[in-house]
Amino acid sequence: MVASECDILAKAEEWAKENRGVALATVIETWGSAPRPVGSHLIIDENGSFLGSVSGGCVEGEVVTEAMDVIETGKAKMLEFGVADESAWRVGLSCGGRIKVYVEKIE
Amino acid sequence: MKIALLSALNAERARRSAAVLVTDLESGEQRLVKSGQLKKDPLANALQEQLRLGKSGTIEDQGRRYFLTVQSPPVRILVIGAVHISQALAPMAKTLGFDIAIVDPRTAFASPERFPKAALHAVWPDAYLAQNPLDRYTGVVALTHDPKIDDVALSAALKAECFYIGALGSKRTHAKRVERLKGTGFSGAGIARISAPIGLDIGASTPAEIALATLAQLTAALRKTDAVPAKPKVAVAR
Repeated sequence: MVASECDILAKAEEWAKENRGVALATVIETWGSAPRPVGSHLIIDENGSFLGSVSGGCVEGEVVTEAMDVIETGKAKMLEFGVADESAWRVGLSCGGRIKVYVEKIE
Repeated sequence: MKIALLSALNAERARRSAAVLVTDLESGEQRLVKSGQLKKDPLANALQEQLRLGKSGTIEDQGRRYFLTVQSPPVRILVIGAVHISQALAPMAKTLGFDIAIVDPRTAFASPERFPKAALHAVWPDAYLAQNPLDRYTGVVALTHDPKIDDVALSAALKAECFYIGALGSKRTHAKRVERLKGTGFSGAGIARISAPIGLDIGASTPAEIALATLAQLTAALRKTDAVPAKPKVAVAR
């Protein structure tokens, strides 16, 4: 059972030691009613497998896609999601909040 | 993040030691500050404040933005009594992400058949506590009704300022318990930190319902600042 953010970090270490490409996404800031608190983690591997969450499932798909890119280039990214975002028709937070997510590669 | 840094962060957690990972959001540079090094860090004040709050967050210092990943020890529950309620409580606690240990010197109760998946210790609480001292990131749940077994753990929990202390028993049982604890030198205000009768009042009647009420009350003590009187500041990462 992986329940806490720390368990997710332990899992990230495990994945990386299996020589899988791994990215760590962290909620850095939230405004309004965000589904997951600051510090929440999502880990993603090169095949798109993921664990944890940065929202209630609203933007995970997009974060996973961006994370694949981060794993490939090794360059960290800052992502922002919210209803005010122009991509809101595609991904956004139905709750009306905004979140900023930092995605970095484990290397 | 460097894998070595991630390993070090996870190792601190395994040792039940607090740590803060500092990420410079401009350069991506990172460092791990262990609890013993906090005071020497250039961001000492901000790190200590964030750790006290138990929350990760972004801070600004001299025009630079840093993200602080706060890792405080995982929440642990010590259950005194391998009773029917504990059987229901153990899997629920795991689902909630809490580490749990069950201590009961009565081997008929503390049997692996009754607790196939839990960390079970068929020893007296004082023997267990000598090996596994309490800290404020631990919640103590006393369920035996037996002063010989419960009281030692409750006293230790009060001294260690555990974030949650609950004891099963009627108001009458608890009144006697309060008298005993007063007799050993605890103040009324200190003893008032013990939640008894245990659990949120949801009219719980079955063992599973009492376990639910207890874990709900423990969670409130963890997450709400006003749930328990005189609660010490507990920093807990989610």
